[in-house]
Order: sequence, then structure tokens, then C-alpha cells
Amino acid sequence: MDQTATISTAQFGATDEPGQQPAIALNRGRSRHAADRRLRLAGLAAVGLALWFLVLLFSSLVVTGYSAFTQVTVRIEADLSSLAGKREQEIRDANWRAILRDALRGLAPDLPKRDERAFFALFTPSAHYLLRDAVLADPSMLRDGATFHIPLADTADRFAKGEIERSLPEDQRRLTDVQISHLDRLETAGRLERSFNTGLFLNSDSRFPELAGLKGAIVGSFWLLAVCFALSFPIGVAAAVWLEEFAPRSRFATLVEININNLAAVPSVVFGLLGLAVLLGWFGLPRSTPLAGGIVLALMTMPTIIIVSRAALKQVPAAIMEGALALGATKHQAILHHKLPLAMPSILTGAIIGLAQALGETAPLLLIGMNAFIAGDPGGLLDPATALPTQIYIWADSPERGFLARTAAAILVLIGFLVLMNGLAVFLRQRLAKRW
Amino acid sequence: MDRPTPVSSMTSRPFRPWQKLATAGMVAASVIAVLTTLGIVAALAGEAIAFFRMVPLTEFLFGTRWEPQIAMRADQVAGQGSFGVLPVLYGTLVISLIAMAVAVPVGLFSAIYLTQYASPRTRAAVKPSLEILAGIPTVVYGFFAVLAVAPVIRDLGEALGIPSSPNSALAAGVVMGIMIVPFVSSMSDDALAAVPQALRDASLALGATRAETVWQVLLPAALPGIAGGVLLALSRAIGETMIVVMAAGLIAKVTPNPFDAVTTVTVQIVTLLTGDSAFDNPKTLAAFALGLLLFLITLGLNLIALHMVRRRRETY
Repeated sequence: MDQTATISTAQFGATDEPGQQPAIALNRGRSRHAADRRLRLAGLAAVGLALWFLVLLFSSLVVTGYSAFTQVTVRIEADLSSLAGKREQEIRDANWRAILRDALRGLAPDLPKRDERAFFALFTPSAHYLLRDAVLADPSMLRDGATFHIPLADTADRFAKGEIERSLPEDQRRLTDVQISHLDRLETAGRLERSFNTGLFLNSDSRFPELAGLKGAIVGSFWLLAVCFALSFPIGVAAAVWLEEFAPRSRFATLVEININNLAAVPSVVFGLLGLAVLLGWFGLPRSTPLAGGIVLALMTMPTIIIVSRAALKQVPAAIMEGALALGATKHQAILHHKLPLAMPSILTGAIIGLAQALGETAPLLLIGMNAFIAGDPGGLLDPATALPTQIYIWADSPERGFLARTAAAILVLIGFLVLMNGLAVFLRQRLAKRW
Repeated sequence: MDRPTPVSSMTSRPFRPWQKLATAGMVAASVIAVLTTLGIVAALAGEAIAFFRMVPLTEFLFGTRWEPQIAMRADQVAGQGSFGVLPVLYGTLVISLIAMAVAVPVGLFSAIYLTQYASPRTRAAVKPSLEILAGIPTVVYGFFAVLAVAPVIRDLGEALGIPSSPNSALAAGVVMGIMIVPFVSSMSDDALAAVPQALRDASLALGATRAETVWQVLLPAALPGIAGGVLLALSRAIGETMIVVMAAGLIAKVTPNPFDAVTTVTVQIVTLLTGDSAFDNPKTLAAFALGLLLFLITLGLNLIALHMVRRRRETY
């Protein structure tokens, strides 16, 4: 308080020159209000800077990533007559590369032999597998003849989307003039189609950007969150009920409480070290699996769930418990039948927010080895898998230009999931949570 | 003793074994929290001790060269001065301080603006928007740092004629600072809001402007809380992993130039442990020694910070 006193004498203490006092007071007042405006401006600038960065972050992600949500494909007709009447295994082993090449040659009938390589390079290198899988999935194609949509290779795809300048000198772009003229011809023939990139969601990871998708990562993240929720929710709620309702004022209860507060502030990479040394090292859980990753995430999420559950239990009025106890319920019954159900919406809200944090967690999963290249999608808890954030990390590290847009697109997908989960939490809080 | 013994079912409640079981289950759940901490300490300390059998502790703590990759070669004996942690700590400190230099002013001035100047409506709109910054996964910030911030900072450095690296300490630090802004601002917000209204009213009633009230009354009163928040934020910056893994350097270098690349403790942990890891070479074990160091530093900062925040609460 004495600081305030010093200001007042400092500000109004210029009394020794009576004649000038009003002018000084006026000047003082003006400069003091200028200082007030400066602080206000500084605050406004700080808020503006933070929000500007938020906008910059999202806009740079959208600008970089939006093009990965579409993919340019070329329509080809393949001649499958040679396969008619063959058994499945024979179809599987057929020379699909040759079938594809014949179909591609059909697009450019007068193609000189020496240009073929450059022409084929416009299309994704594993297109023949796409043909094979499509035919195996739908054998009726053998009878009726078939049209396929083959993705353009990364560079050609970006050119067709207008991301590579035609005016660049030939040696500064990845496409030759001949390749560009081929693409132009396909375009005028109406062979090229730009459509929604379903592969981004239906394919798993691939070495080729145009085929790489997020399915494996989404499935992996789903399993991770399933393990995380199955462990952290019951354990967290049970610990919260004990601490809030049963724990005697003992040294042990204090120890648990201090522990929980500290665990909430331990860096995530340390949890990764714990998982690596204890889960993989001592208990021998398989590396890169959602089981190991999920347990680590559960340990990280548990403190959050305990803290929000205790807050939720505290908010239930004492009258509820007292009423139940007065009617003859045991303490366990009163909690299980009355208090916990009333606190549940708030607990669930907190749990969903905790899971949303777990969904974005990357560092511990890297140490568990969930950043391996995995081309299939995981079938269960013990299959090697990636997760959305580790897939983003892998793609961000890939040198191919096409992965840049994919990475940003994957981030937008991840943020989409986070928005959904937080939206659900807000909905739960507003609709179900009781206000006392 | 001549009174009849009461019928047990009338007075005492029926015996319910599930309740004992439930209580035991709840205690067990609480024990897991303790076990997790014990597990962290045991895992880190166990592997770190194995590391210190190969590399002396003094060399780890006071060595000035960090070159773990060299020791991996078969013809190289571990512990030839290539596991000195000081340059790694230096890099961690540089990046964290850059982050704090961004986060503290932006966070603090945002909190001042939101608590003292903004209308309730502005506050209701801006506060959740700032919180979004805290909800964005760190891998996203890492990508943003590489994609948008690092090139700008390198161009800036080159324009100034300073040798600049594509993964400069500045790029990682600035982005990390942005990530921490909501953390600092919400802690400062709480601390400012906890100053009794009477103090604020008294200051304004004496004719002080809002700025004078903030500088002379609110900030001194809220200082312990704000400082605690800043320490928590610093601990978070030191432990932050993905931004630096993606945007900072791999080579431990001691340089005063913020446009140059430095490495951090967390970067080294991740680089040493991704890929195949066998638990018998110093390169892998070094990661656990770094992890133990990181755990102790962040734990220490957190304890000091919590103590400061708690002391502030006791004052009023």
C-alpha cells in the first residue's frame, strides 16, 4: 500500500511552484493518461499478436494442405480379355504391368518408343497393383471390360493442379516439356479428372505421396485411444472417488495427491522413456503396438481424469449424499447410485478433453517406436501401428514434395478430430451437466 | 450385562463383501499413481546408473563435448569426453529463454488487457481463442515452425548478414513461445484476479490511472503467482519435445548466435532412441541419463513454482 502512497505524492507533489501548478498538473495528467493508453495498446498488441499467430498457423496449414484433399486421376480402359475364365490365383499372378502398359499406350497411340518411360512416369508407379486389386475385388470386370481411374504421380499431379509453373525453364521443374505436352493432350481428351481424394482416408501409408493415406494412422489412433480410455477412465475415477470420499487424512493420501500433481507436469518424453524401459524392456510388450502406446498415454491422461473427477464430485451437493445415507444406503451405495451418476457428465467432459490431449501426443509414441513405416492398417492391439501425430511426423520428414501437402492435410484431419472431441465435451457440459 | 443383545440385522448394516472389494480396488487405483512415479524414477535411474558405469558422472555433468554418434562406432571406447551434457543444456537454455522472451511479455500483457481493459464481451471471445493455442498438438507447431517460421527467420538473418541455419534456435524458440502464451496468460490472469478488489478500488479511488494501478498495485501483489506461472511455463519449455525435434538442430554447439542451430535435451533423447535400441550401449543409455536430468530439472522447477503459487494464496 505504501507504494500507492508514494505515487500520489510523486504525482501531485509539485506544489513548490504555485504559479505553474495547473499547467504541470495538466501536463502530468496528460502524460499519465498517455501511459494508460500505452499499456492498453501494449495489451491490445499482445492479444493481437497471439491471435495473428493463430490465424497465420491455420491459414498456412490450409494453404499448404487443401490441394491434398483432391487428386488428379487419368481414366484408362484396360483390355482384360486375356484373363477371361482364369482362376483367381492365375488372375493374381497375371502380368499386370504389361496390361497396364498396354492400357497406357492406348492413351497416346503415336508415342515413340523412346518417350515411353517419361510418359509412364506421369502415373503412379504402383498403378498395376491398383488394377489387380480392383479386378480381384470385382471379377465381373473381366466380362464387361473395365475403366479405371489411375492417380497421376506426385509431380504430374501437382502440375495438373497448377502448382508447378509452366513458364519455369525446363531444367528447373521436375517435368519435361514432352511430359507437359502429354498431360495437355490427356487434358484436352477429357481423360484427366480432379476429384475428392478418397485415398487420403481409405489408403494406408505408402512410399508414393499420391497413394499415401491416413487409414492406418486413424485406425492406430483409434486403438490407442481405446486402450487409453479403458485403462485411465476406470482407474482415474476409482482413485478420485477414494481420494475424495474415503481417504483418511494419512500420509499415504498426501503422497498420492502430491504424486498426481507432479505427474501432470512431467514432460511427455519422460513418459516415453518409462514406456520404453518398463513396458518394452521389463515386461516385454511388443514394440510399435497400440497396446504399449495406449498404456503410456493412459498413464499420462490419468492425472487429468483424477483432477477433473475430484472437482466434479466436489460439486455434487452434500444433501444428495446425506439423503441417501439417511434412507439407509451404505456409503458405497450412496456414492455408486447417487453421487457418481450425478457427477458423471462433468467427469466424461474432462475425460474427453484428456483423450483429445492424448490424441495429439507424439513424443512418447516416437520412443515406443510408433513411427515405423507400416503399409497396412493394424488389425488389433498387438499389430505394429502408427498414429495420426506420428504419421504427421513421418510425412513431415519425407523429402518428396508431395508429402508437404499431405502433411498439412493430415494435420487438418487431426485438428478436425480434436474439434469434434472438444465439441462433444462442450455439448456434454452444456446439455447434461447439472448446475447446482 | 442383563440387557438382551440387539438383533444384529436391525442395527448394523448387512455384510457386503463387494464393498470391501470396491474399497480395495479404489486404493489400488490410487497406488497406480504412486507406482507410475516410482516406475519413472526406477526406469530412469536404473538405466542411468548403467550409463554412469560406462561414462563417469563428472564427465557427463561437466564435459563440454557432446558427440554420442561417434561413440557408437565399434573401434571407439565410450566415455572419451563425447558425453558432456553442457552444450546440450546450453542449447536447451537458449531455446527456452527465447521462448520465454516471447511468451512472458505477450502472455502477461494479454492478461493485463483482458482483466483490466477489455469489455466482458471481448474477454469472452478472446480468452477461448487464446486457449486454442494450448490445445494444438505440438507436432503441428513443429511442422509450422519448419514450414513458415524457419525460412522467414533464415532470410532475416541473411539480410542482416548473420550466418543463419535453416533450423535456427530462434525459429524453434519463437514457435515454442507462441505455444506457451496461453499458459502464461491464464496463470497471470488467475494471479491478477486473485488480488483483492479492495486494493484495486483503493488505488483507483486515490486517482491513479488503470496503468498506475496495474504497475504499482496489481503486479507487485500478483508477482509471486505470476512468477510461479512463469516457472511452470519454463519447465514446460524445457520439457517440450516435438517442436525442437522438428525445428531445432541435432549437433550440440555452443554459439551466441541465435540464428545458428543448437540442440536440446529432448531432441537428443528422441534421436538417440528412435531406430533400433539395444540397452547395452552408452548411446542408448545416455538418453536415460538425459531423461533423468530432464525429470529432475522440471520437477525442481515445478516444486518451486507450486510453492510460490501457494504462498501467494496464503497472503490473502
